[in-house]
Amino acid sequence: MTWRTRRPPPEGERPAGEHEVHGIAFRDPETPEEPPPAAPAGRRVGPAKLTVLPSFLLLLLLGTWLWFRGAHLDAIAHNAIADGNVWLRLRQHIVLTVLSTVLVLVIAIPLGVLLTRRRLRPATPVVVAVANIGQATPAIGLLALLVIWMGIGMRAALVGIVVYAVLPVLSNTMAGLRAIDPTLAEAARGIGMSPLGVLFKVELPLAVPLILAGVRTALVLNVGTATLAYFGGGGGLGDLIASGITNQRMPVLVLGSVLTVALALLVDWLASLAELLLRPRGLEAGD
Amino acid sequence: MPEPEPEPGTVPAAAHAVSGAAIHLENLTKRFPGSSAPAVDCVNMEIRAGELVVFVGPSGCGKTTTMKMINRLIEPTSGRIRIDGEDVTGMDPVRLRRKIGYAIQQSGLFPHMTVAQNIALVPRMTGWSKARTGTRVDEMLDLVGLDPGEFRARYPRQLSGGQQQRVGVARALAADPPVLLMDEPFGAVDPITRDHLQDELIRLQHELHKTIVFVTHDFDEAIKLGDRIAVLRERSHIAQFDTPEAILTNPADDFVSGFVGAGAALKRLNLTRVRDVGVSAFPTATVDDPLQSIFDQLRTGTTNEVLLLDRHRRPYKWLRRGDLMRAKGSLARAGTLVHDTVTRDATLRDALEAVLIDNAGRVAVTGRRGEYEGVVDMETLMNSVHELLEADRLDAAEHQHLLEEQRSQQTRQEQEGCAPGEPGEEG
Repeated sequence: MTWRTRRPPPEGERPAGEHEVHGIAFRDPETPEEPPPAAPAGRRVGPAKLTVLPSFLLLLLLGTWLWFRGAHLDAIAHNAIADGNVWLRLRQHIVLTVLSTVLVLVIAIPLGVLLTRRRLRPATPVVVAVANIGQATPAIGLLALLVIWMGIGMRAALVGIVVYAVLPVLSNTMAGLRAIDPTLAEAARGIGMSPLGVLFKVELPLAVPLILAGVRTALVLNVGTATLAYFGGGGGLGDLIASGITNQRMPVLVLGSVLTVALALLVDWLASLAELLLRPRGLEAGD
Repeated sequence: MPEPEPEPGTVPAAAHAVSGAAIHLENLTKRFPGSSAPAVDCVNMEIRAGELVVFVGPSGCGKTTTMKMINRLIEPTSGRIRIDGEDVTGMDPVRLRRKIGYAIQQSGLFPHMTVAQNIALVPRMTGWSKARTGTRVDEMLDLVGLDPGEFRARYPRQLSGGQQQRVGVARALAADPPVLLMDEPFGAVDPITRDHLQDELIRLQHELHKTIVFVTHDFDEAIKLGDRIAVLRERSHIAQFDTPEAILTNPADDFVSGFVGAGAALKRLNLTRVRDVGVSAFPTATVDDPLQSIFDQLRTGTTNEVLLLDRHRRPYKWLRRGDLMRAKGSLARAGTLVHDTVTRDATLRDALEAVLIDNAGRVAVTGRRGEYEGVVDMETLMNSVHELLEADRLDAAEHQHLLEEQRSQQTRQEQEGCAPGEPGEEG
């Protein structure tokens, strides 16, 4: 109600926005505050998002399988895929990808958090430069060096993949934390949050979208880099591709490649779902 | 809400202490590393419990820095802060800040939390139970004029600027802190909404009696809100710390009068209410009166106009002598409708505006129910303003002398207190 009330019109009825309580005329504020935008429509993941890519992958795998059945397989080719070798390599590949990604997250996210704290900020250029070297070196060369150092096996492969994928997650974590409006962080401190409270309740949740984007990049990168693990004796789908190339057996090569591509696409799809579902509510763009 | 009188010296930790706490700033100084001149230089100030003090000054004068030292978002280089007598300069800043409400420009709401989660933050941190916090959230939303059912689950993005600011104030008040710091909280909203929010803050403060430190660069806002205003110049030197009336009528120096700006007399009108000036009577008639008596009144009365009231005695029409004749005796068609009235609580500025707009230079004053109480016209307004300004001048003359004494005392204090730059604790 404003101090100065408009006059009631002569005949009983009051104009819109004016009402009467016990004979007192009230008038709503002259200009009502702009109506808030409508709440965002319910679901974040549409049906297209859920169906298109999986069905494409299914078709791709089905087509490959049909073609593979019709293809002529000689002893060498048969040997390359016998005894559940395909399944074994696929499993190895998945293990490599998942393990390396987990390691990347465990290393890169805390590192990113630390490097954005005020005290450690001077160290940022050094660490980022090191991470840059990790990514700039050709993965295969890096792997060779690691094998020389650590010996043949999954361990060397894992380390190589991790070194290669730390940078995107690290830089995205840092970018995400730096993009937070400093007044917001100050507001958090101002209302009495402890430094850890500010980090876990405000900064990290707000950085989640960018961090997840980094994780997605790392995952897809890791699926690709994991094919190189074969050269270090780490197994994975690289085994199928390599034996397809060295023995000049087209079906084996195609099988390995298609499986790698399908896995990469699947992982990317899963990560994009995670991105949509884990993004804090209230941050959705466009509402 | 029950409204116990604020008692000076109440312990602020008491669950529902309604009164604020006094704040003392003693020789407060801040030097930022890398700059030779201090950003805030030896500020001494006493803010009484339950008082709304506005820091106003040009940008870069250190008013925000001074305010942020109170909740130690910025650590003072030297000097002391006492809240309710307790020295908080060495206290754990996190614990301190939970007892001080903090509202900032653009609300500072966390976008990933709902309105309810935002408001619940401080109560939850200070260990309130979920149930108690829940009821408190609804209470706070009610207090700032938002419907809890509608707004509790919204995200800040889904609110208008003014609504966000309301939630920001609700969050600052949620744990019932005795002290509230507000850093240009209404700086980013449109003028109309800002006006509403200022009115709301006045109403809130009337209910709650917190100690509020309010930072703004808008002098008009300072006049409207402040019990006392501290006009700050560079390095947070206090140019004048006094009531709005005193600053308007008796600026301490050229800096203050420059800041008050033109139209001090006009601004002074904002500080006086219609109830403080004379309301004169006006011949009235009601719609139920027989037509003949209204005729007679117009013909024999001293004025050639009556104010026609409706059945609830609310001003309805201005009726001139010739009007009834022209409308062929129909009350429904005769006269001009009253389109504006003021209440006794309206400021003289509002009244003046209404009078200026009215083509006959007067406005009807109404009571709480809109019933007729009298009329204010240009002449009474002019006379009372002249009287007002005259009284202010007399006050000022008396005050001047007091002020000079105070200033010389302050100078002495500064010379003794913290004249040689004390070594900074950081940087």
